[in-house]
Amino acid sequence: MKPALLKKFRVVISLLFFVFTAILFLDFSFSLPSEISGTVLYLQLVPSLVKFLQLVALSAAGFIFVMALTLLFGRVYCSTICPLGTLQDVISYISKKFKKKKKRRFVFSHANNRLRYSILLLTIIVFVSGSLFAVNLFDPYSNFGRIVNNLARPVMLGINNALAFALESINIYLIYPVEFKGLDITLLIVPIVILGLLLWLASTKGRLYCNTVCPVGALLGFMSKFSLFKIVVDEKSCTGCGACEKVCKSSCIESKNKYVDFTRCVSCFNCFDSCPTNGLKYEFALKPKVKFKDVEIDLSKRNFISSTLVYLFGLTTLAKAQKQIEVYKDNTVPVIKKNAVSPPGSISIDHFTDSCTACHLCVSACPTQVLQPSFLEYGFLGMLQPHMDNKSGFCNFECKICSDVCPSGAILPVKLDDKKLIQIGKVNFIKENCVVETQGTDCGACSEHCPTKAVKMEPYVNPNFPTPNLRIPTINDEICVGCGACEFACPTKPYKAIYVESNPVHLTAKKPEVEELEPVDTEEDFPF
Amino acid sequence: MDRREFIKKSVGAGIAAGAFMSVGGFPNIIAKPGTNPTFKPYDLVAVRGGEPGAMFDKGIESLGGIKQFVKPNQTVVVKPNIGWDTSPERAANTNPELVARIIQQCKNAGAKDVYVFDHTCDTWTRTYKNSGIEKAVNDAGGTIVSGDSEGYYQEVEIKGTKKLKSAKVHELILNSDVFINVPVLKHHSSASLTVAMKNLMGVVWDRRFWHRNDLHQCIADYATYNKPTLNVVDAYAVMKRNGPRGVSQADVVTMKSLLISTDMVAADAAAAKMFGVEPDQIPYIKIAHEMKAGRMDLENLNIDRIKI
Repeated sequence: MKPALLKKFRVVISLLFFVFTAILFLDFSFSLPSEISGTVLYLQLVPSLVKFLQLVALSAAGFIFVMALTLLFGRVYCSTICPLGTLQDVISYISKKFKKKKKRRFVFSHANNRLRYSILLLTIIVFVSGSLFAVNLFDPYSNFGRIVNNLARPVMLGINNALAFALESINIYLIYPVEFKGLDITLLIVPIVILGLLLWLASTKGRLYCNTVCPVGALLGFMSKFSLFKIVVDEKSCTGCGACEKVCKSSCIESKNKYVDFTRCVSCFNCFDSCPTNGLKYEFALKPKVKFKDVEIDLSKRNFISSTLVYLFGLTTLAKAQKQIEVYKDNTVPVIKKNAVSPPGSISIDHFTDSCTACHLCVSACPTQVLQPSFLEYGFLGMLQPHMDNKSGFCNFECKICSDVCPSGAILPVKLDDKKLIQIGKVNFIKENCVVETQGTDCGACSEHCPTKAVKMEPYVNPNFPTPNLRIPTINDEICVGCGACEFACPTKPYKAIYVESNPVHLTAKKPEVEELEPVDTEEDFPF
Repeated sequence: MDRREFIKKSVGAGIAAGAFMSVGGFPNIIAKPGTNPTFKPYDLVAVRGGEPGAMFDKGIESLGGIKQFVKPNQTVVVKPNIGWDTSPERAANTNPELVARIIQQCKNAGAKDVYVFDHTCDTWTRTYKNSGIEKAVNDAGGTIVSGDSEGYYQEVEIKGTKKLKSAKVHELILNSDVFINVPVLKHHSSASLTVAMKNLMGVVWDRRFWHRNDLHQCIADYATYNKPTLNVVDAYAVMKRNGPRGVSQADVVTMKSLLISTDMVAADAAAAKMFGVEPDQIPYIKIAHEMKAGRMDLENLNIDRIKI
C-alpha cells in the first residue's frame, strides 16, 4: 500500500468503528440484535481487559489483539478503534471549516509526560486497589458511551418525538414517540465536562486530550516505545518543509530536527498524506541505531504516588458514605433500602462494581429503562455505574439484553431460563401503606404485574372498612426474583407499599409450583 | 370529534347495528337489513367449539355481519389485550388470529383505516411483538399504533360517575368512528376477572389513579362513559389462575369459546358464567349493572347460542 493511501484507509476504518459504536447506543427502537454489540466492541481495550480478568476467555481477548497491534505498529487503536478519538477528529474537522483558512494548524510541542503518566498511574493504582472509579472516569470508550447515551440520545429522542407528533397530527403513525424516563441531571456533569474538554482541546490542539488526559493513550503510548515498526523521518528524502508538522494532530513531529515522538503518535497517517517527498516511513525498529531518550526519573513521581495513596484512603472512607434510598411508610418511620440492586447476571454488587466501566450501553439497551446510572447508590466509587431503578421501570421477566451487550463482563451472559431464577432482591410489603388497608378497596396492581406470583392476593377482613371480598397482597419471597414490577406498579402516594430490597449477592429463587388444571369439555352447553 | 359527538356516534352505531340485525338462529339465512322489524335482535351471541377466526365469522354473521357495524370509509379502532410480554399460547393476550380476522372483516366492509393499540403493562415493543399481534395486524392490513406515549392521550370529563370524574383517553378511541373491544377472558388478581370492561383500562393513561381510588367503582364508572361499538370476548384459551400475566402454560385451559355483544356488562356477565363465577360476585359487573351501563341479567336477554 502506498503510504499516502494509509490515511484514507484509516479514515474509513475509524468511521466504521465510530458509526457502529454510536448506533449501539442510539438504537432506541431495538432493531439491532443485542448479540452484535459483542462483535462491535470486541476490540475496546478497557472493557475487554476488565472482562478478561474475570473470564480469561477468547471472547474477552480483544485487548490482547490491540496490544499486539500497538507493539507492531503503534497506537492504531487511538486512530481507528477508539470512538472517542474519532469523535475528536470529527470535532476538529468541523471546527476547521469554521476557521480562517491559511492558518497554521498544528505545531510541535513537548510531551507532558508528567501529567499523562500520572493519570495512568493513578488509574492503575486505583484499579489494583480494587476500584474501577478512575478507569470509569477516564476510559475513552466508556466516556464516549456516556456522551452518546446521556447527551446525544435524549436529543435524538426529542427530534424523533417531535417528528412523531407532527406526523400523528396528519394521522400517520409510522414513527412512534418514545417515553423518556430521563437521567439524573447531576449525573450529566461528568459527560458534559468531558465533552466540553474535548470540544475545546480537539478544536484547538488536535489530540492533546489523548496525550495528556487519556490513560489508555498513555498506556499505549508507553508501549509504542517498543513497537517493531515506527514512523520515522527519512533523512534522505525529507526536505524539512514542515508540511507534516502542520497536519500532525498529536503535535509530535518536529520538522526542523526531523524527529517523531512516536509515543504520542496516534497513527493517523496524515503526515504520509501531506509529505510531498515521501519523507516519512514506517521503519523496522530492531535493526537500526534507534536510541530511546532516557525517561527522566524525578522525585515528583514518588510524591505523586504517596499523595495518590492518601487520596485513595480518603476515597475509601467516602465510599462508605452511601446514599440511602428511602421508602417511607405513610407518615411514619422511613424504611431504608440497604443496598442498590444490581442487574441479573452481575452475580453480586461487588462483582458488578469491580468490573463495570460505566459505559452505559446496558442503559441504552434496556427496553424498560429500569437500568439507570447511579449517583451514590453503590457509594461514591460506584458513581455512574448503572443500578435497577424501580421508579423508572422494572426488569422484564423475559429479557436479558443487558447481559448480552455488556462488554466488560460486569453483567455476565446468562441463559434466559437461568435468568428467570436469579434473585437480585426480595419483595417487602408495608401493609400500613397499602390502599387495601388505608382505603379498604381492592387494588392488586403489584400482584397483577408479578411474573412468578410471589405476590398473591388473599382474602382479607379490614377492621376499619366493611368491604366484602376484600383481598390483600401476601408475599412469598422464596419465588421472588426481585424484578421490581410490584414496586413500579404500586399506585400509593407518596410512598410505595411494596418494594424490592437488594440481595448484595444474588441468590437463586425457587421455581413456582405448578399444579395441573382440569381440562374443560368444549362440547358442553353454555352455562347461561 | 369531541366527546359528545363520539358518544352519539358510538350509541348511534349501536342502535343502527341493533336495528339491522338479522334473523337469529338461522345463521345461514341472512335477512337483508331491516327486512324483519318485528324480530328482537340478539343482545349477545355465544359461539363454542371452533377456531377463533371461524367462531368470529359465525358470531358476527348472527348479528347481521360486520357491515352492520362498519360502514365504508369509516375508521375503526380495535383494542385487544396486548398487555404482557408472553407468547400466544400463554393466553395472557388476545388471540392474534382473532384480531387478524376482525381486521380483515372490517377491511372487507370498506373500512378506511383499522388501528390497533393497547396501553401495555410490560414494555410495549416486546408485548406487541411476542404476543404475535403486531405481525397479525400488519399481515391483515391494519395499522399498529403505540399506546405508550402520554402525548396520545386526551383529557376528557366524565359525568354522572362516583369516583372517576376525568380520564386521559387515547386519541384513537376518541377519534375513530367504530370501536371494537377485543378482550381475552382471564383470571385477574386485582379485579378477580378481566373481560370487556376491565380491558378498557388499556385505553387510558393513568391506571394508578383507578387502583388507588376503588378499582371496581372506577371500572364501572368508565363503562358508563365509553361504550364500544362491539365487544368480542376471546375465550378460546382461558387463563384460570395467576392472572392477568400467568406464570406458566399450566394456568391455561382450552375453552374454544367466543362472545359478541354490544353490551359490555352482558359480555362480562356471560364470560363470568363461562369462567365459573356468578356475575354478581364480581363487584364491577354488579356496580356497572346498577349504574345502567349495561345488563348482567342474562336470563332476560336475547342470546344466540351457536355450537360449531
